[in-house]
Amino acid sequence: MNHASVSETNATARLGMWLFLFTEIMMFGGLFLLYASYRVRFPQAFSDSAQQLNIWLGAANALILLTGSFCTTLSVTALRRGSRRLAMILLAITVLMGGLFLFNHYLEWSGQIRAGIYPNSPVLDHMSHGEILFFGLYYVTLGLHGLHVLIGSIILAVMAVFIGRGSLTPEDTIKLENASLFWHLVDIIWIFLFPLYYLMH
Amino acid sequence: MSAENHAPASYRSIVLTYLALLLLAAVSVTVSICHLGAANVWVPLGIGVLQAALVVMYFMHLRKEHWLWQLLFLIVVMSLEMFIGLTFVDVLYR
Repeated sequence: MNHASVSETNATARLGMWLFLFTEIMMFGGLFLLYASYRVRFPQAFSDSAQQLNIWLGAANALILLTGSFCTTLSVTALRRGSRRLAMILLAITVLMGGLFLFNHYLEWSGQIRAGIYPNSPVLDHMSHGEILFFGLYYVTLGLHGLHVLIGSIILAVMAVFIGRGSLTPEDTIKLENASLFWHLVDIIWIFLFPLYYLMH
Repeated sequence: MSAENHAPASYRSIVLTYLALLLLAAVSVTVSICHLGAANVWVPLGIGVLQAALVVMYFMHLRKEHWLWQLLFLIVVMSLEMFIGLTFVDVLYR
């Protein structure tokens, strides 16, 4: 393949990735829309429920995802400049961040479940309509987002393997760039989920 | 179409963006702990928009992409805003 056709394929691959990210924005956008309209209808219940969540766990998760974004961006630059080893280490840190994020989620959710707050639980059924809606949305939205963190971590781990095997080279980094774009989008979604579910009370 | 591969972001710009993102997150959490009434809703959301803009421009390199992609991104964000806006016309004045 000559140089022009490689960069043309790359431009198409990047455009394809952005189009996929647009569909993701719309999917989470629907959940944000639900949150906003129910919050307007049940302001007090949403505010009280948000107060029950642990701000510090949410903030730690924001820090974790931002650090992941930081490391993947660095890894793209490192690979482009020929430092494969550094790129792999940075990707490993990002995957570790993904694991930490999910572990925090596990701590948070097991705490909630122990307190009897999960969809259809007897405790939740006795709460107000607004609180039931808040926690329903909380589980669906954060669950879907957590699934994205898991997928993003797996994809970045595969990218590290590709670099190790030599199939992802400094001359052609588009796979890593697209994987990194996915992680950034997942990070941006948390940038909004964090204030909506943890900070706004 | 911009077929060219853009130059990789410099380590310096990546570090500065990261520091700005952390600072904004700290402001957001501080405001939320201080209980400032209505500001508790709008400040974290406004900061979220700023943080998202930093990630999109500097980590996702949208500022270096072809103008057509930037336009596409703007259309997506504005469509989402329009959905939310139109829903609120219904929800608030029902």
